[in-house]
Amino acid sequence: MAYVTGTPQPGAHHSPRRQPTLLKSRTVDSGARVVARHVGRRFTTTDGSVDACVDLDLTVEPGSFCVIVGPSGCGKSTFLRMIAGLDHPTTGTLDVSRPDGRTPTNAMVFHGRTLFPWLTLQQNVAYGLKLSGMDRNTRLERAQELLGMVGLVDFQRAWPHQVSEGMRQRVSIARALAVDPDLLLMDEPFGALDEQTRYLLQEELLRIWERTGKTVIFVTHSIDEALILADKIVVMSTHPGTIRKVIDVPFPRPRFLTEVRSDPAFADLFTTAWSILREEVETGGAFTEGTA
Amino acid sequence: MRRRRRSTELTLTIAGPIILLFAWEALSRTETINPLFWPPPSSLWETTETLFLEKDLLGDIGISLYRIIAGFVVGTVPGIALGLAMGLFWPIRVFLMPLASAIYAVPKIAILPLVIIMFGIGELSKIMIVAISIFFLVALNTMSGVLAIDTQFRDVARNLGASRWELFWTVALPGSLPAIFTGMRLSLGFALVVIVGTEFLAADKGIGFMIWQSYQTLRIQQMFVGLVITGIMGWALTLLLDLIEQVVVPWRTAGEEA
Repeated sequence: MAYVTGTPQPGAHHSPRRQPTLLKSRTVDSGARVVARHVGRRFTTTDGSVDACVDLDLTVEPGSFCVIVGPSGCGKSTFLRMIAGLDHPTTGTLDVSRPDGRTPTNAMVFHGRTLFPWLTLQQNVAYGLKLSGMDRNTRLERAQELLGMVGLVDFQRAWPHQVSEGMRQRVSIARALAVDPDLLLMDEPFGALDEQTRYLLQEELLRIWERTGKTVIFVTHSIDEALILADKIVVMSTHPGTIRKVIDVPFPRPRFLTEVRSDPAFADLFTTAWSILREEVETGGAFTEGTA
Repeated sequence: MRRRRRSTELTLTIAGPIILLFAWEALSRTETINPLFWPPPSSLWETTETLFLEKDLLGDIGISLYRIIAGFVVGTVPGIALGLAMGLFWPIRVFLMPLASAIYAVPKIAILPLVIIMFGIGELSKIMIVAISIFFLVALNTMSGVLAIDTQFRDVARNLGASRWELFWTVALPGSLPAIFTGMRLSLGFALVVIVGTEFLAADKGIGFMIWQSYQTLRIQQMFVGLVITGIMGWALTLLLDLIEQVVVPWRTAGEEA
């Protein structure tokens, strides 16, 4: 038998990851705008009160990728929760809007193990759609499509405890993307992963973001990760959390890990960010404090 | 290696009871132990047959199972409901906790006279004593199940737009199911103890009654048959509960591989 060009090669049935047709693609209007003015959050306990963050001023443009870095206890998670609407500022105003005036939607990828153990991977991804009233077949189909996007279509019937941490994190991202939010909030989503998996997911996230044009606010400890992902890096101080510096990241899009890392500006920006953070970590009591 | 380990495990598991039975048989037949009190296990077959054919042993088993299962359902359903309420609403929890803990600590059989006064000497009192015995056990386990749910799950659900009602159905209830089943498994043991005790004291039928009557008339072989059957009943009920758990809580029983 002659070999015919174009015959599917062995393994070709593992089709490349499907593009979800159900996610909005990048348009002029895509993404939410986040405007924080003097935002502060004070927690009152029986022992007195603690300011998690004070006087945060920040504008995140629609469709941009903003990364917040800061030492432990700088209130970055609190800030993210307030943007998500899970918590409210005690001072200042926080405004999330869409350029076309409609009500923006957000979805958060939480830190740690947050897939529902009682739902399969597919059901986890479909969860937000179920709440929005989408019928069973449509939402499961869509969940399958999103699992395909993060390369996990073969695992849709698995329970979360049966797959690796990296896979679970992919599913968490798919779950947040499933509702096609204008604003994607990510709280150290790759924190618990090994370095290689981290790199893969960073690239995957970049590809998804480039295509959909959502506004992303991403919290991390890693300056490296911030430089690879961000348009704008917000460096925060600790106790209480304030914004120390906003760094614009000039690397061209679409970005690739290797190109960003070999760019001479990478080292300069890293140094700039680290010199601020170093000061914060050393003087800000991150060595001694216990409260986050 | 693993396979060999497993087959060794299996052999040892089976070997334990068999060695015990053979030793008992031998000691009893050689009259090293008094065969009047320790009849050889082989003689129990015949007794069992007679009991089934002439003494309505099946009826005893049936009535005891009925009391256990009915009492189990009557106690479990409101127990779960109360446990969920205690877990979800702190005022209810604070209000009922001292009461629940105190009642929980009372030996269940001690309330039998009270239950008889309240519900009479008929079937109802037997069902109710089982129900009351397990009620707080189920409630407290359910409550701790609700309280043990990671608050992040609630945040995830709220972030994706869950209402309070949806939070209950999609987070609180499924999240507490494993603990609910733990409570039910413990309850099954309680139910068996309580029903046998109750039948010793206040019944004219049932496996407990049969054991007690055999003892009173010194029919030791019958008594042993009763004990074995009680054991089998407990085992079978646990198995039934395990099967239900596999259907209701599939994520907990599913293995490591997809």
